[in-house]
Amino acid sequence: MGLKEESNIPSNFIEFFIESMPKLLEGLSNTLLLTFISIIIGFMLGVLLALGKVYGNKIIAGICSGYIEIIRGTPLLVQLFILYFGLPRVGISLSPINAALVGLSLNSAAYQAEYLRGSIQSIQSGQMIAARTLGMSKIQSIQYIILPQSLRISIPAWSNELIYLLKYTSIAYIISVEELTAEGKFIAATTYRYLEIFAMIALIYLVLTILFTSIIDIIEKRFSIPGLGITKSARL
Amino acid sequence: MQHILEVKDVHKSYGEIRVLKGISFTMNKGETKVIIGTSGTGKSTLLRCINQLDPLDRGEIWLEGEEITHRSKSINIIRQKIGFVFQDFNLFNHLTALKNVSIGLEKVKGMSKEEARKHALQELQRVGLEKQAHQYPAQLSGGQKQRVGIARALAMDPTIILFDEPTSALDPELIGEVLEVMKGLAGKVTMLVVTHEMGFARNVADEIIFMEGGIVVESGPPAQMFTNPKFSRTKDFLGKIATLYGTEGGK
Repeated sequence: MGLKEESNIPSNFIEFFIESMPKLLEGLSNTLLLTFISIIIGFMLGVLLALGKVYGNKIIAGICSGYIEIIRGTPLLVQLFILYFGLPRVGISLSPINAALVGLSLNSAAYQAEYLRGSIQSIQSGQMIAARTLGMSKIQSIQYIILPQSLRISIPAWSNELIYLLKYTSIAYIISVEELTAEGKFIAATTYRYLEIFAMIALIYLVLTILFTSIIDIIEKRFSIPGLGITKSARL
Repeated sequence: MQHILEVKDVHKSYGEIRVLKGISFTMNKGETKVIIGTSGTGKSTLLRCINQLDPLDRGEIWLEGEEITHRSKSINIIRQKIGFVFQDFNLFNHLTALKNVSIGLEKVKGMSKEEARKHALQELQRVGLEKQAHQYPAQLSGGQKQRVGIARALAMDPTIILFDEPTSALDPELIGEVLEVMKGLAGKVTMLVVTHEMGFARNVADEIIFMEGGIVVESGPPAQMFTNPKFSRTKDFLGKIATLYGTEGGK
């Protein structure tokens, strides 16, 4: 049976790659959609959570900390199962892609909040004091003085989060989102060429990761504060 | 004449520790007063109480005939009127010298970007740093940083500027440029200065306030304080300072 099917599919790797490309690109577009939407929503929620945890009153800080602990303390896969298989029980039905978007965004928010909280707390208290002394309100001080500095400090950690997220989107395949890994699994199941297809997919993730890292490196340099930080020539 | 600043019976404790035990004094427009005293005697706390970075436990502070310690007063509006120059500068690290000076004008005083920029540049000129306008704090020397700090305070056109040991974090060779700028402001700006620079106190101050143990021990014009203090504690302190920092500075 295997022989007969093999005659129908190209044996040459390059040909196989080209043949698989349309399907993989379809999957890739979902992977990128999941990654970008989740990192952005996660970022916005993460900023609010971090600010709530650092500057909020006891109740707000408690809610933010609680959220972060619950999300970080439970597996992403379980969170996705709850959203996709669990919520219909209470009348909320999400499509696979929407469940994945919500799950990844909520998950990423908790991690991004913690990165940012660390950066906010690393900023000397004198910065806030000087801003308040000028007559800025607390919100203005955060907006114009604290956040611009702490966001810069967060960029390396944020780069990490983006790369993690890109790869974590592959978990969405388990709730039947047709992203890159799912398409690969599908092609492999019909062609039995597991090694080639997953090598290809690994390569695509790798290329994307390198691309993302270099883009963020550029952003980091663009926003670096002159005179601060270690230059390449410094030997320490 | 109405006093520009009135400090009335100010008390402040941190937990069990009573830092200020009833401080009172007044300042007139354009006056320079220098507060001296040993470390830990509450000088910095007093400044922080005046602009209410630390709330008072008891007492009142009046600025231009308004009780600013009154609960109904908006703290953000009051603070615009009280400049503050910090021992460790506290310049905004992510902003150029120019932006450090203009951000308060723009965001607090509501000036347009262009207007704020122009005004900030003038203030930088006033402290001799127009060439450094586009440099970031990390690219400036300590003395330059502190001059930006002074320009930032001046730009808000405050009623009074509080200086909290403005030269204590500086290398000795950089102290002069900062004191020079401050000297240039004397008479034009109302200044309350906590410092150990006795040369500045002697030559620039209209009055010296000697604090110890959370109270004002003695105050008076520099000539009297240095040559003929009433209390032996004042004399002892000035003697110690003279041994530590050399003589009373260039006269």
